[in-house]
Amino acid sequence: MEKKLTYALFTGCTAKESTPEQLMSTYAVAEKLGIELVELSEATCCGASHLQDYDDFLSLVLNARNICYAESRGMTMVTICNTCQLNTAMTKHRLDNDPELKARVNEKLAEVGLEYKGTSEITHFLYAIIDDFGLETLKEKVVTPLSQFNIAPFYGCHNIRPSELQNETHGKAENPYNPNSLDDLIVTLGGVNVDYEEKNKCCGFHAELQAPKTAALLTGKALMGAMDANADWMVTPCPLCHLKLDTQYEHAGHAVGRDVKMPVLHMQQMVGLALGCTPAELGLKHHVSKVNFV
Amino acid sequence: MTTITTQTITFNVFRFNAETDYLPHYKTIEMEVTSEEVVLDILNRIKWDVDGSFSYRRSCRHGICGACAIKVNGKGVLACKERMNDLIELFGTELTLEPLSIKRAVKDMIIDKEDFWKKHEQVKPYLIDEIDEHPESENLVTPKEEAQLLEADYCIQCGLCHYSCPSLENNESYIGPAAFAAAYRFNADVRDKATLDRLDIVNAPDQGVWDCVKCFECQEVCPKEVNPIEKITKLHNQVFENGVAINNVATRHAVGFAHSIKKHGLLDEAELVRYSEGTVPMLMKHGKVGFKMFKVGKVVMPWNMPKSDKLDEVKALIKSSSTVKF
Repeated sequence: MEKKLTYALFTGCTAKESTPEQLMSTYAVAEKLGIELVELSEATCCGASHLQDYDDFLSLVLNARNICYAESRGMTMVTICNTCQLNTAMTKHRLDNDPELKARVNEKLAEVGLEYKGTSEITHFLYAIIDDFGLETLKEKVVTPLSQFNIAPFYGCHNIRPSELQNETHGKAENPYNPNSLDDLIVTLGGVNVDYEEKNKCCGFHAELQAPKTAALLTGKALMGAMDANADWMVTPCPLCHLKLDTQYEHAGHAVGRDVKMPVLHMQQMVGLALGCTPAELGLKHHVSKVNFV
Repeated sequence: MTTITTQTITFNVFRFNAETDYLPHYKTIEMEVTSEEVVLDILNRIKWDVDGSFSYRRSCRHGICGACAIKVNGKGVLACKERMNDLIELFGTELTLEPLSIKRAVKDMIIDKEDFWKKHEQVKPYLIDEIDEHPESENLVTPKEEAQLLEADYCIQCGLCHYSCPSLENNESYIGPAAFAAAYRFNADVRDKATLDRLDIVNAPDQGVWDCVKCFECQEVCPKEVNPIEKITKLHNQVFENGVAINNVATRHAVGFAHSIKKHGLLDEAELVRYSEGTVPMLMKHGKVGFKMFKVGKVVMPWNMPKSDKLDEVKALIKSSSTVKF
């Protein structure tokens, strides 16, 4: 009998707020695949790389605390946000490779009765599906192949760079210049993966407030690249990329001088569609750029 | 004994001469490539065997001068270090050779790096101190103090990170990762006395570290493991540690995370935007998008804001572990 896959789910903040459909679809897909997710209800925000700019040590302590709760459940932590994945994996890397830093962090954690040991692995739900569940097994579960769709994968920076860290986390890094996980997933689900230059580029999310012009240009170019490659819709494993591409099309369109609105699905929604989940289960009504093909 | 293998590769080579051409073009060249070759060998063979007018920069051939930096299929490489076998494994047998920046191309692979050097100069990349003209002893730096440089002085100024940076690509005022790494290198040097001057430069809106999009391309592309984004983060930290953070949207955005986590454990997204921008600018800049998000259920009302379990524990850790104030 196959061993049931069980993970400690680090939801991050966005799935609890501005992308509720991502959390809904994560649970819907997990149920279809028989994956058990135990939510880390004690977890805090990872700092999203901005708290790190303000107070690096504080961000380390808080991220280490999150990992402690996965360790206490004896589980691998699974994330559903590229930035949560990066910040958590980076914390683990730094603590596992710097005994002095680990001791300083543990001194603080001891004040609330916790200890970071480094026993839990950290992976993204995308890689849990691809590496742990397996694409071959997933293919057997497809009930509605996505064969009528040209789908543009948008990887998001923090799952593919820095590749050394990703390699350490997943055991085999994607090639950041030619990533393939989302492409493979699309093909497994029966869809047509479209290739375009911007698929491994930055969406601009992290500079949205501080550098809006740069951010809008990056978003616009990504949407434009997917449209020019004749994509029917885009798919991303990162809720931050999703937010940027789904909601900011107007500013982005002004920046690049074109109407660049198109549906942008979460990776889980795409998998869920192929597995036969209903639009309601996948939260497809929670999109600003309407998902008008279901 | 290692066996040398060969493969036929199709190269699409960028050709342009600013003195005679209005537009660039790509020349297709097929070549047998051996498993022992690096990209520089191919550039040499194109010039020596195919077209003597083909131009590129080369110098040390040992990965320490940075002259031969180009892009292959969009990936920034040092031509003298990058093995053809690795590129073929990465991209297959069709490879496009381009200069680091097409818009700065002068002739074929040669670009005008004036912008790079100006940005470099902008951050005062040298040691600044009052020097005794007749010192009686050496000015020693301990290994621990030297370790603070975090390999920032390994930079060979090849420009790979600079011309791969999407912030720079879209905002020419942005100083860029290479110059920031240089700024950090001297700020981290215990002998230097110009930290605050440099922080003024790297802290400025539009040009400074706050415009980094955090894509990690600079870390990925760097051939010398300088890790520029780590240095950018350190400069952010220095801005706060030295009390020179300007009270603006960028700094409040970073600080707002600490406020939210203290209050909810999780980030209050809407409140973060309000805290960063101010209420009126937020409504003016984001009101329309916010309303669209509200209509489809993407906005959580303050009274429904989710909280982490064991929030007292989070608050205690924030109180005990915070290292800076704003």
